[in-house]
Amino acid sequence: MTFLDGNVGLILQGFWLTIQLLVLSGICSIVLGTLLAAARVSPVPLLRGAAVVYVSIFRNTPLLVVFIFVFIAGPRLGLNYPFLVKGVLAMTLYTSAFVAEALRSGINSVPVGQAEAARSIGLTFGQCMREVVMPQALRAVIPPMASVLIAMAKNTSVAAAFGLAEATATMRGLTNNNANERLMIFLVFALGYIVIVELMSFAANRLERRWRVA
Amino acid sequence: MVALDGVQKWFGQLHVLQDVDLHVAPGEVVVVIGPSGSGKSTLCRTINRLETIDEGVIAVDGQKLPEEGKALAGLRADVGMVFQSFNIFAHKTILENVTLGPIKVRKQSRADAEKRARELLTRVGIEAQADKYPAQLSGGQQQRVAIARALAMEPKVMLFDEPTSALDPEMIKEVLDVMVDLARGGMTMIVVTHEMGFARTAADRVVFMSDGRIVEENTPEEFFSNPSSDRARDFLGKILKH
Ligand SMILES: Nc1ncnc2c1ncn2[C@@H]1O[C@H](COP(=O)(O)OP(=O)(O)OP(=O)(O)O)[C@@H](O)[C@H]1O
Ligand SMILES: [Mg+2]
Repeated sequence: MTFLDGNVGLILQGFWLTIQLLVLSGICSIVLGTLLAAARVSPVPLLRGAAVVYVSIFRNTPLLVVFIFVFIAGPRLGLNYPFLVKGVLAMTLYTSAFVAEALRSGINSVPVGQAEAARSIGLTFGQCMREVVMPQALRAVIPPMASVLIAMAKNTSVAAAFGLAEATATMRGLTNNNANERLMIFLVFALGYIVIVELMSFAANRLERRWRVA
Repeated sequence: MVALDGVQKWFGQLHVLQDVDLHVAPGEVVVVIGPSGSGKSTLCRTINRLETIDEGVIAVDGQKLPEEGKALAGLRADVGMVFQSFNIFAHKTILENVTLGPIKVRKQSRADAEKRARELLTRVGIEAQADKYPAQLSGGQQQRVAIARALAMEPKVMLFDEPTSALDPEMIKEVLDVMVDLARGGMTMIVVTHEMGFARTAADRVVFMSDGRIVEENTPEEFFSNPSSDRARDFLGKILKH
């Protein structure tokens, strides 16, 4: 394991950046995705239309193209930010479209009778959403949402191509300097991603089991 | 208690409720019967405004149905509804199903609401299931939970839309028994059902609907033995064959 000598700090730093990118992008995507999903089921046609346009643009654009816009076109238009901010921005623009779709399908999966029963015992629209519709929608949404977030975790590696010093970028630096141990290094980093993704699947499974509609 | 006057409703081109007048006195039990698609469910659902109407007036306990918002929620709290498909809240226990309305709408304390809920569950015969989830219960048990949930709001009137037609035959009786009991206890009820046994035992009046109109109203005895309209005779002939 000689390649680790002197590189432990660099490796840890790379993973730390990846984790930051992951967590921040995850939070921002869920917030923006929820707003988009709410807009898509709202009674206001303008909101619905805007959300439809947003979702279809970003769901159908390759992540690489979004990154090119944020990292190359953006700065030329005077929109330059630190790497982490650009990374989070690109990941969020892209992932929130998928989050919105997952949430919308969750809301649609709650039988309409549940909301009717809630309203017929006198709950207001807000109470009905809070107490009856959303809790069930969120449960239905865990598996697709986990897939979206896992894909997002793996997508953080795209950020590497744009010079962001996250895990994959660190790995490239390492492989250049320790060419003979390339395979080993690949394995370590693959393992890093696998651990992150497995942890996410595990958490999703636990949540799903605990929240399963009995 | 419930008064519909000159009610008209269209679904697009379809005139589902045509000039419906229906007055239900306090404590009265009215059974609504009629062929599929005649507008029975729609009629039931307009009374707590799950469906809006295009013309006419509906009043509950002398109060015209509010348009939307808090006032409408307040009215719905006073009108119990039991659906064909039960619609028990799938993510809540039986006890939570029954206490949700009293706690959130009537602002009762959890302890009071639970005490009352257990009494009601006992009354409908499922006190032992209080901590289970809906999916663990049979259809008949779920429908009795739905009745207890509605009763927990202390409604002025109860609406039932084919409460037994999604049930296996052996479960129909347990639900009907609860309903007969309610009727005897003086509850005002509007019941869409084809259960003639229930109509004969518990109903004060049978209302026959066809093509969005109330075609005939009579006591159960008269209606079943001596229907006056051709359409009612035709309909009864069909359902009596099986
Ligand atoms: N949301 C809706 N949009 C359009 N048409 C509807 C809607 N709901 C009901 N209808 C139509 O209105 C008519 C009356 O429906 P309704 O459900 O009130 O009949 P019903 O008497 O309850 O019949 P069933 O015995 O089958 O339950 C039917 O022709 C039905 O197809
Ligand atoms: Mg019906």
